[in-house]
Amino acid sequence: MPAESELPAALRLEKVSHEFVSAGRTAAALTEVTADAARGAVTGVVGPDGAGKTTLMRLAAGLLKVQSGRIEVLGIDVARSPDEARARIGYMPQRFGLYEDLTVRENLDLYAKVQNVPAAERQARGGELLRMTGLGPFLGRLAGRLSGGMKQKLGLACTLVRIPELLLLDEPTVGVDPVSRRELWAIIDHLVLTEQLTVVLSTSYLDEAERCQRVLLLHEGHLVAATDPAGFAARSSGRSFHVSAAALSKRQLQEQLARTPGVLDATIQGAFVRIVTEPGAQPPLEALPPRGTPLRIVAVPPRFEDSFVAEIRSTPASSPPPAQAIARDKIPAMRGVNNAQPPDWQQESASEQPVIFADRLTRRFGDFIAVDSISFEVRRGEVFGLLGANGAGKSTTFRMLCGLLPASDGTLRVAGYDLRHAAASARGRIGYMAQKFSLYADLSVAENLRFFASAYRLRDAHRRARIAWAVEEFVLGPHVNAVSRDLPLGYKQRLALACALMHEPEILFLDEPTSGVDPLARREFWRRINALAESGVTVLVTTHFMEEAEYCDRLAVLAQGRVLAAGDPESLKERARTAEHPQPTMEDAFIALLEAAAEPKAA
Amino acid sequence: MRASVERIEGLLRKEALQIVRDPSALAIAFLLPAILLVIFGYGVTLDPHHVPLALVIEQPDAITQSFVSELGGTPYFTTETFNTIQAADRAFDAREVSGIIWLRANFARQLSSRGDAPIGVIVNGVDANTARLIEGYLQQTWATWLSARSRVLGATAGLPIEVQPRVRFNSAVSSRDYLVPGLIAIVMTLTGALLTALVIAREWERGTLEALMVTRASIREILLAKLLPYFVLGMGGMLATLVLAVTLFGVPFRGSLLVLTAASALFLLAALGMGLLISSIARNQFVAGQIAVIVTFLPAFILSGFIFDIGSMPWAVRLITHIVAARYFVVILQSEFLAGDVWSVILPNALALLIMASIFLGAARLGARKRLD
Repeated sequence: MPAESELPAALRLEKVSHEFVSAGRTAAALTEVTADAARGAVTGVVGPDGAGKTTLMRLAAGLLKVQSGRIEVLGIDVARSPDEARARIGYMPQRFGLYEDLTVRENLDLYAKVQNVPAAERQARGGELLRMTGLGPFLGRLAGRLSGGMKQKLGLACTLVRIPELLLLDEPTVGVDPVSRRELWAIIDHLVLTEQLTVVLSTSYLDEAERCQRVLLLHEGHLVAATDPAGFAARSSGRSFHVSAAALSKRQLQEQLARTPGVLDATIQGAFVRIVTEPGAQPPLEALPPRGTPLRIVAVPPRFEDSFVAEIRSTPASSPPPAQAIARDKIPAMRGVNNAQPPDWQQESASEQPVIFADRLTRRFGDFIAVDSISFEVRRGEVFGLLGANGAGKSTTFRMLCGLLPASDGTLRVAGYDLRHAAASARGRIGYMAQKFSLYADLSVAENLRFFASAYRLRDAHRRARIAWAVEEFVLGPHVNAVSRDLPLGYKQRLALACALMHEPEILFLDEPTSGVDPLARREFWRRINALAESGVTVLVTTHFMEEAEYCDRLAVLAQGRVLAAGDPESLKERARTAEHPQPTMEDAFIALLEAAAEPKAA
Repeated sequence: MRASVERIEGLLRKEALQIVRDPSALAIAFLLPAILLVIFGYGVTLDPHHVPLALVIEQPDAITQSFVSELGGTPYFTTETFNTIQAADRAFDAREVSGIIWLRANFARQLSSRGDAPIGVIVNGVDANTARLIEGYLQQTWATWLSARSRVLGATAGLPIEVQPRVRFNSAVSSRDYLVPGLIAIVMTLTGALLTALVIAREWERGTLEALMVTRASIREILLAKLLPYFVLGMGGMLATLVLAVTLFGVPFRGSLLVLTAASALFLLAALGMGLLISSIARNQFVAGQIAVIVTFLPAFILSGFIFDIGSMPWAVRLITHIVAARYFVVILQSEFLAGDVWSVILPNALALLIMASIFLGAARLGARKRLD
C-alpha cells in the first residue's frame, strides 16, 4: 500500500518517563524512552522483570497518566484523547482479563457487546476466532476451568472480537507451556499476514525477540536498543561458539572460560559451554588452564541473547546493573567443605546412595491424580531438573519433596530419611528458594539474614559467622541496612539464596529461580549454583523455563503428572532430531515429547 | 462517547451470570443481614433480664420477707440471700452477682418508726450502663413496694409516704422494638457498601477491570452495570430483614410499605455509592472489606443514634453524625415501625438521604477513571 508511509506510526513514544511513588520512595519505571512501532508488523517490547515493559504497555493503552513526554497511538495523543485511542486498540493484560465464572461463549459475547460488534458480524467473526484458537469444542466450559494455554488463547480471542488497529499484548506467554506459546505465535503471525494486524507485544523471553519484526529492548527503564532482531543477533555472528573438553566437566569448563580474557559470555547449554567472544578476539583454543587441555570448538549461529549480553558487557558506559557488579572471580567454593575433589568424583559417587530417591511417587486430590507414579533418583552433587508446564505436577512433587505434603502412594527418601516418618529431619538438610523469593519485604537485609539464621536454630558464634559469611559471599555489604522491598531484583535473588544456604544444607531446592530475571543476573546466579554443585551440594530445580533446563545434568520431563522422559539434556534433544530440525533446541525436544505423548490418545 | 444499550446489556448480563455462579454476592445480600440481625437482635438489648443480685438480710422478719417477694416477682432479677455483707462482698468480687441489696438489722424498726428506711445498694460501676439500669429498676421496685405497703396500712398507720412511681421503661414494651428497626439500617449499611466494594475489588484482583477499561465501554456504563444488579440484590436483602423483624422479633409495623420502600431505595443508593467510592481506592477484596467495616459500619453503629442518643453527644461529634447516612434512615425506620407515616419526620430525613445518595454516587462517578493510577 503506497499510503502506508503517510499513515502515522502505530505507536510513537517521545521522551517518555514514568515514576512510581510508594511510601515516600520514588522509583523510575521508564526513563526518556523514545521509540516507535510500525504498522502491519509485530514489535516486541523485550526485557527482564522490572525493565518497564508493563508500564510502557499500560501507558500506550491509556491506563496510566502520562507524566512526562508524549505518546501517540495511531496518531492520537493518548494523554489528550484516551477514549478515542482506546476505541481503536485491543489490549490483553497479563492475566488475560477473562471472567473465570463465565463460559468461553459468554466471555466472547460480553466482549463483542462492549466493543459494539454488530450482531450480524458477531457470528462470522466468532466462528473464525474459534477456528483459529481451537476453542470450538470448549464453548460451554467455564473460563476458569481452561488450561493456561487455552485461557491465553481465549484472552486473545476476546481482544480480537473487533479487529483492532493496534493490538497490545502484555506478556501473553508468561507461565504458558511451550506448545501453547508456539500456537499463540502461529495465530499472531497468521493475523499479521492475512489481516495486516499491528501487534505490540511484551515479553521477558529473549528467544521470543527473534520472532518479532522489530524489537525495543528495555533494561531498567532505559531503551537499550531499537532494532530488527536478526540484525541485532548478527552483531555477534562469528563470535558464538560451542565449546567442550573431554577432561573437564561442563561446569568446570564454563568456570574456566568465564575467566578467560576475550570471552564476554559463557553459559552452559546442554553438554556444551556456549561462549561469545569479544570482537576480533580469537576463540581461546589453547589459552585455558590446565594448559594443553584439548578443546573442541564449533561455531554456532548467533542468538539474540548473545548480542544482548555482549552489548551490555562490552560497553561500560551503559551503566551495568548492580546485580552483575560482582567481580568475575568472586565465585569461590560456597561451603567450608574443601572442594579439591578429583574431577571425576561424580563417577565415584555413583556407588553412593542417591540423595533423593522417589519410587512410584503418587499424589491424589480426590479423583484427580496430580502426580502419577513417578520415579527418579538424584545423586550427590548433581543438578537435577523437573521440567514441565504449569499443571504438570511439578509443584505437587516439590511439596512432597519438602515434606509439606504427604504422598498418597510410593516411596520418597530425601537425605536418607523416609519422608513418611521423618519429614522434619529431612527438612533440616534442605535449603529452599521459592520463585518469588520468600523474603520479608519489610525487613532489612540484615534482619532477614538474622531471622533465617534463627529459624534454622543457629546460635551465637555460629550464627554470627554464617551471617558474616552471607554478607561477604553475596556482596551484600553495601545494602545491609536497606529494606528488602527496595532491593533490585538481582539482589533480592542473592539475598534469597543466602537465606536458603544459611544452615549449610546438603540439598538445595530451587523453584523457577531465574524466571523473569535479567540475563546477567541469571548468569551470576547459575555460576553460584554450579559452584555449590561442584562442592557436593545436590540441587533440584523445578522449572518450565527451557533456559534453566540447559543447566541441569539430568532432567525429568513431566506432563499430566507423569514422567514423559528422563535423561541428560543432550539425549533429550537427540530424540527430537529430525531431518527438518538437525539442531533441535530444548524447546523442540520438549514439544516433541508432549506431542508423542498425546498421539496414542488421539488415535 | 454516547451510551450504548447494547454495551450496558452485555455488562448487566455478565453481572447476573456472575451473581448466579458465585454465590458470595447472594450471601452478602441475604445471609449476612439475616445473621447480623439475629445476632444483634438477640444480643443487643437494654432490658435487664435475670440479673443475679445478692440480698443481705441481717435480721429476717415478716417485713423483709415481703420486700424479698416483691423483688422475686419481677423477671429482671434473681436473688441469692446472704447473712452478712462480707459474704455478699465475696460473691460480688467473684462476679457471681452484679449487685448487692443490703437490709440492715434495724431495717424493720426504722421503717415502722420513721415510715422510711435506707437500704444499701451496691452495683458494679464498671459497666455503667447496666449499673444505672439496675439502680433504676431497684428504685422502682422499692417505690412500688413502699406504696403497696402504705396502701395496705392505709390511713391507720398515718405514714407520711408519698410515692410517685414513674415507669420509664415500660415493662411491656421491650427495647428490642425500637432497636431492631434501627438495626436494619446498620446492617444494610454494611451490606450495601460491601456489595459494590467487594465485586469491584474482585475485578481489580482478577485483572478483568483492566481489560474492560480498554474497551469501548465507558466508565459510566461500567459503574451503572455494577449499581443496578446490586441495587436489586440489596432491596431483596432489605425485604428479608423486614420480614425477619416482623416475624422473628415480632416488631410491629405501623407505616406504609410504599414509604418504606422509597426510603430504603434512597438509603441503599447511598450505601452502594459508598461502596463504589471505596472500590476506587481499594484494589483487593481484603482491603475493601476492611475499609467498608471501618468507614461505614462502625460509624453507623455508633453515630446513627440507633443506640447512643445523638442529643447527648458533644457538638463536634454531633456535627459528624450528619454525614452518616444511617442516621436519617434509623429515624425513618423507627417511625415506620413504631409510629406510622409521620410525614414531619419522614420528609426531611428522606430529603437528607437523597442528598447523601447524590453526593456518594456523584463522588464515585468523579473518582472513577479509566486509569490504573
